[in-house]
Amino acid sequence: MLKFPIYLDYSATTPVDPRVAEQMIPWLVEKFGNPASRSHAYGWEAEKAVEDARENVARLVGADPKEIIWTSGATESNNLAIKGAALFYQGKGKHLVTVKTEHKAVLDTTRELERHGFEVTYLDPLENGLVDLEQFKAALRPDTILASVMYVNNEIGVIQPIEQMGEICRGKGVIFHVDAAQATGKVAIDLAKLKVDLMSFSAHKTYGPKGIGALYVRRKPRIRLEAQMHGGGHERGLRSGTLATHQIVGMGEAFRLAREEMASENERIRMLRDRLWKGLSDIEQVFLNGDLEQRVSHNLNISFAFVEGESLMMAIKDVAVSSGSACTSASLEPSYVLRALGRQDELAHSSIRFTIGRFTTEEEIDYTITLLHRQISKLREMSPLWDMYKEGIDLNTVQWAAH
Amino acid sequence: MFAPAYLDHNATTPLDARVLEAMLPFLKERYGNASSRHEYGRAARSAIDTARQQVAAAVGAHPTEVVFTSGGSEANNLFIKGAAACLRPSTVAVSAIEHPCVREPAQELKRLGWDVHEIAVDAEGRIAETDFAAALAKPAKLVSVMLANNETGVLQDIPALAGLARAAKAWFHTDAVQALGKVEVDFRALNAAGVNALTVSSHKIYGPQGAAALVLDKRVELKPLISGGGQERNLRSGTENVAAIVGFGAACQLATARLEADAARLTGLRNKLEQGLAKLETLVFSRNAPRLPNTVFFAVAGIDGETLVAQLDRTGFAVASGSACSSVSPEPSHTLLAMGVSADVAKSALRVSLGRANSEEDVVRFLQALDETVRKLKGLAAVAA
Repeated sequence: MLKFPIYLDYSATTPVDPRVAEQMIPWLVEKFGNPASRSHAYGWEAEKAVEDARENVARLVGADPKEIIWTSGATESNNLAIKGAALFYQGKGKHLVTVKTEHKAVLDTTRELERHGFEVTYLDPLENGLVDLEQFKAALRPDTILASVMYVNNEIGVIQPIEQMGEICRGKGVIFHVDAAQATGKVAIDLAKLKVDLMSFSAHKTYGPKGIGALYVRRKPRIRLEAQMHGGGHERGLRSGTLATHQIVGMGEAFRLAREEMASENERIRMLRDRLWKGLSDIEQVFLNGDLEQRVSHNLNISFAFVEGESLMMAIKDVAVSSGSACTSASLEPSYVLRALGRQDELAHSSIRFTIGRFTTEEEIDYTITLLHRQISKLREMSPLWDMYKEGIDLNTVQWAAH
Repeated sequence: MFAPAYLDHNATTPLDARVLEAMLPFLKERYGNASSRHEYGRAARSAIDTARQQVAAAVGAHPTEVVFTSGGSEANNLFIKGAAACLRPSTVAVSAIEHPCVREPAQELKRLGWDVHEIAVDAEGRIAETDFAAALAKPAKLVSVMLANNETGVLQDIPALAGLARAAKAWFHTDAVQALGKVEVDFRALNAAGVNALTVSSHKIYGPQGAAALVLDKRVELKPLISGGGQERNLRSGTENVAAIVGFGAACQLATARLEADAARLTGLRNKLEQGLAKLETLVFSRNAPRLPNTVFFAVAGIDGETLVAQLDRTGFAVASGSACSSVSPEPSHTLLAMGVSADVAKSALRVSLGRANSEEDVVRFLQALDETVRKLKGLAAVAA
C-alpha cells in the first residue's frame, strides 16, 4: 500500500526510527531530570543516559567520547567549529579555505568571518562535484588556519576525498573541519585514522530527532575553540545550556543503529537507487548531477532539460522531493551547488533531488519511475523549446525577441 | 526505579501529558523539514506557526516578535551578544544575581571593548532604583535584569527599571525563564514600559527541553549567533526542532490557562512549608520580598547544604542546594553572596521549588524528613566533635 506523497526527500530530513522514538519517550515522561542536577537521582540517571549516548555517537565515528560535544544541530556545530577555531587561532593567520558547494551553515559563517577581517578562498569543484586535490593543496597558504569541506554533499550526494585532504592539511599545519551531517550512517567514518580535527554531526539526517547534533573536537593533537554559547559551563565550557536528555538519547540510539545496520542498509538502498536511475536514465535529455561512483547510495540528482522546474515540481506532487537544498528553498534562486558544477540556470532550475532511505520500498521506486515518465512527456509535449530541440535547432543560436 | 518526591521544579519540570500528546505525531509520522515545500514540510511549517502564536499569546506578544531558539541559555546569549554587536561598545549592566547564562555572555563582551557593571542588590535581593540609575549613567546602553531569580524566587520591579532604561536610551532585556507560568508575563505592557526583549523557556513550564524563545522588540538590531539557512527571519538558522517547538506552544497554552489557580495553590503550599520551617532552626531568604509563589530558599543553621540535600535524596526528596547549572562546583550561591549573606550561611542553603504534582502531603512529609535528617546530622556532628 503506497502512502502519498511518497517520501523521497531523506536528505532534507529523515523520519525518527520507531526504535529511536521508543528509547526517547521514557526520557520525556518519567525520567525528566536535568542532567546537571547533582543533588538527586533524577539528575544522576539523566546524566548517565547522556554519557551512554555520547559513547554511542563516539563509537560510530571512531572517536573518544570526551571528544564529542553536544549541540542543537549541525548548523550550530558548523558555526561553533568555524568561528570557534578561527577566533582562537587568529594569531597564527586569518585565511580560511572552503568550497563553493558547502551548506549555507558553513558559507554564511565564513561570510560572517570575512566581515570581521578574515580572508576566505572559495574553491570551485570539478564538474563532477569533487574537489581537486591539487587545487586544494595550492590554496593552503602559510597564513591559512582552517579548511572546511563537507564529507557528503547534501544536494548531489558526492563524497569528497576527506582522507587525502586530511593528510594535506595535517602536513601544512591547517586545522581541518568536516561537515559530516549527510555522511553518518552512509559512509564509514574512522576518526582514529582520518586526520580530521573538527567534525559536525546531525541527528535528524540519520533517523534521529531534530534539534540535536554534535561536534567532534580532536584531543590528540589538541584542538582549541572559542566557545560561542556561554553560561553554566556545560560540555567542558565549550557549549553552555541545559542538555535535552531525550534528544540526546535519541541521537545516541540513532547512531547505534547506524553502526549496526549501515553496511546492509547501504546495499539495499544502492539497489533501489540504481533501479531508480535505470528507470529514469532512458528518458531523453536527462543529466545526472555529480559523480555517480563517488556518491552515497541514497542520492540521485537529475536535471530534466526542456521542462520548466516549477511546473515539474507541481506535476510530480505524488512524490515529495526537493529541487535545491531544503534550507534555501524559500527563494527561487537556482541551486548554487548546481551552478558551481557549471550547470546553466535553466538546467539547474529543472533539477530534482531524489534521496531515498531506510523505509523506501521497491513499489515506491517503480511508481516514481512511471510518474516521471508520464509527466515529463506531458510537459515536453507542451513545450515549444522541446519542439525546437526535436527539430534540431540549437537553442543557443536563437535570437529571442523581447516583449 | 526509586522515584523521590520531586521538589526541584526550578531546575526542570516533568512533561505534561497533554504536551506529550501534542508532540508525539512530530516524532512519528509528521517528520517533515519545515523548509521543504512539499506536504510534509508544509505540515511542519504550519505546526510551527501555530506554536508561535501560542507562545506569543502566553507572553502577550505578537507572533512576529517570537524568535525560537534551542534553549534559554541560547536566547540570552543571542540577545546580549547580538545586540552588543550592533552597538558601539559602552557599558553592559547586569544585576549581581543573574543566571550564569546572562553573566557569562556579558563578561565575553569585554573582548569587544565593553565594560561590565554589576548592579548591586539589597539584603532581600532587590535592585534599588538609585543603584540602577547609577549603572545607566556609566553610560550603559545594554541592560539585563531577570524578572524572577531562580534561587530565591525574588521578583524585580521590571517596569520601573525598564522605564529608567528607556529614558537613558538603553536596550533592556529581562530573563523571564523562571517567571513564565508562575506570575504574569505580559510583553506588551512590559514593552510599553521600556522592556525590549525577554527570554522564556519550555522546560520550566512542563514542556520539553530543547525549545525556548527570545521575545524581541523589532526595533532592536541583532547580529545572529548562528548563521546558515536563514530560519527565524535570519536571526537563528538551523532546521527547526518541530516536536519541541510544538511542545513548547502546547505548554504555553496550558500554563496561561492554569496560571491563577496554580499560583494560588502553590502559594498555599509554600506558606505551609514556611510555617513548618519556622519551627526548625531555619532562615528563609528574602522572606518578605515579592517572590515566585513556588520557591523557598532557606538555610538550616550549622548544616552543610550539599550534605543535607544528598541525605534528603536518600530519604525520598529531590531538592537542590542552588542552581542546577552551577551544581558542578561547590561554590556558595552567588545570589546569596550578592545579598550580603556570609559564605558560611550560604553553604547551608537549600532550595525547594514546588510544582503541579506536589501536594500538601509532600510538604508535610518533607518537613518531617528534614527534621529527622537535621537531627541525624547534628547527632553525627556531636559524636564527631
